[in-house]
Amino acid sequence: MSATSWTVRTRERLSRTVPPGQLLPDRQPVYVASWIYVFGVLTVAAFLVVLASGAALAIGGATWWHVSSLGHYVNSVHLWSVELFFAFMVIHLWGQFWMAAWRGRRTLTWITGVVAFVSSIGTAFTGYLSQANFDSQWISTQAKDGLNSIGVGAFFNVLNPGQMLLWHVVLLPFVVGVLVVVHVLLVRRHGVVPPIDATGEQQLAAPRPEGERP
Amino acid sequence: MVILVTGPQSGAYLHWGVLNVSWTNLAIIGLMVVVFALALLLPFRGER
Repeated sequence: MSATSWTVRTRERLSRTVPPGQLLPDRQPVYVASWIYVFGVLTVAAFLVVLASGAALAIGGATWWHVSSLGHYVNSVHLWSVELFFAFMVIHLWGQFWMAAWRGRRTLTWITGVVAFVSSIGTAFTGYLSQANFDSQWISTQAKDGLNSIGVGAFFNVLNPGQMLLWHVVLLPFVVGVLVVVHVLLVRRHGVVPPIDATGEQQLAAPRPEGERP
Repeated sequence: MVILVTGPQSGAYLHWGVLNVSWTNLAIIGLMVVVFALALLLPFRGER
């Protein structure tokens, strides 16, 4: 901490963020041997397919899937990878809720997960607005009424397809991506939460590096 | 309480109080619950 170079300080800060060797660990505590722990990485895998198929759609443009069979296929991959993303994420949420995964200074892990979930819904909704068909036009009118009824909609307009497309392709995926990265880093930092009835050697919180904030 | 809407383009819905969900959606939710239960019950063969 005494180095004046900001790059050295940043490097040291980053290396303290996650315990050494825990960024990509090769072993986990024995209680992690359950299929319920697979749903987090399944969610991430689905998210990667969403991003890749979304990038392909961005190359073709918003109307590509209407005029090209390849575009229609890529659009379908994008839709179904989103469906799987949400299914895996919700099952992951159920598992983490019932094992009270916020225990042991893991509050921020839980919160980033919740905010990522809500942000994903917003991303999906702006996707529904970007189909470039009458369905999406109808959806925008229903969304307008719902949002106006709770008093929001001043700086964004769901009837503005240009804004909604940019929010869907740029703004919201960036937000979700950052939250997912922070969420996974926090899991690596604090470790998988032990079972509720864990006793003895299984500590609730992973040992915190000296002088570090939670 | 259950109302089947059988218009030409609309699916069949379960309408129960405030709950208004398509049977398809309900089936998917049920499937997710089954997957969740299986995830907890199926043995996990990790490498040792």
